[in-house]
Amino acid sequence: MDAQTIIAKRIARELRSGMLVNLGIGIPTLVANHVPAGINVFFQSENGLIGTGAVPEEGMSHPTLTDAGGGPVTALPGACTFDSAMSFALIRGGHLSMTVLGALQVDAQGRLANWMIPGKMVPGMGGAMDLVTGAKRVIVAMQHTAKGKPKLVKRCTLPLTSIRPVDLVVTEMAVVGFPNGRATLLEIAPGVSVAQVIEATEAPLDKADRVPEMEL
Amino acid sequence: MRTISVEDAVAMIPNGASLMIGGFMGTGTPERVIDELVRQGKRDLVVIANDTATPARGIGKLVAAGLVGKTIASHIGLNPDTQKKMIAGDMAVDLVPQGTLIERIRAGGCGLGGILTPTGVGTVVEEGKRKIDVDGKSYLLETALQADFALVHAFLADYMGNLAYALTARNFNPVIAMAGSTVIATSDHIVPVGVIAPDHVVTPAAIVDYLVANR
Repeated sequence: MDAQTIIAKRIARELRSGMLVNLGIGIPTLVANHVPAGINVFFQSENGLIGTGAVPEEGMSHPTLTDAGGGPVTALPGACTFDSAMSFALIRGGHLSMTVLGALQVDAQGRLANWMIPGKMVPGMGGAMDLVTGAKRVIVAMQHTAKGKPKLVKRCTLPLTSIRPVDLVVTEMAVVGFPNGRATLLEIAPGVSVAQVIEATEAPLDKADRVPEMEL
Repeated sequence: MRTISVEDAVAMIPNGASLMIGGFMGTGTPERVIDELVRQGKRDLVVIANDTATPARGIGKLVAAGLVGKTIASHIGLNPDTQKKMIAGDMAVDLVPQGTLIERIRAGGCGLGGILTPTGVGTVVEEGKRKIDVDGKSYLLETALQADFALVHAFLADYMGNLAYALTARNFNPVIAMAGSTVIATSDHIVPVGVIAPDHVVTPAAIVDYLVANR
């Protein structure tokens, strides 16, 4: 199983029926492909849609139905649409059960940086700051390292997305949570050792004597 | 409400005007008005919108033509042209969290001075802003936004100018329609009065100044 699939499948196990969930672009989008059988969730696109479906077949798209990246999308039965003020009222107002986002860095207390690299990449924060500040549960989907360097760091060197800590970080190596404001190794991926995770992580990691294996 | 040609509508817009433009990555953007702004070469525009789309689409066409002096937006990541012009200093870009941007516009159209939001507290977004504590929680005071013109795109407009939107092409449109001094609307379809049921009118004709005639 490749890294992205491991991450997406593990995060999909956090879904519960009836949740309203926003998926960011990149690995987070893949979570929608692994929703467990019998679980029905509402996916929100922040451009104004609840009930976001799959990408339409060729010839079945409409210019007024797109995802947050501007690409064609479908709407599932029971879908609804609304303006951007309503969309962010849902996000900021505590109505969103869960958001899944990518990360550039996450620090030892769970604070996320994911929207800019000064002088290099300035795409703008889009909805990320509102999502991290307002969602009931924030899950980060990211590769454990970038070009061999840990992304789970002591202190973010990049600008923060929010001071609100994330709830869970899921990588292809581990699941990390932040109980009591401290990075804690909760699960390891199949075939990965605790020592390997610690080696690939800059932030100090708390852990139990025996760390369970991720169920996928 | 008056009906107007796209040429005459754009002729009303002076160089340097502030424009709120509907659309999200080009979906729900009044493309005909954009094309005419480019054709008439309106300069030094201040564009307030969610994003600058892609170089060949929507607001991206204004950026590509060098007509935008400043933009206030939440995301420019899919338009390398905007990023290049920003870094080169050819265009000022004020990046605002999306939920804050739409609420600042909503406040501008609703007679409010601004809004208090937790978004951005403790980040670079709070620089230069007043922080206000309410019941022990910190918020940023984000001020209201208004513009000279709101350029709106609807799916249905009736002969009086009542507007209804389609699916995700709604986005910023009904909100900016409240915050522009002059509201110019285009619509995919212009239909008889009554086709849009009263319950389904989203933007009332009373606030639409001009409806651009379809070809």
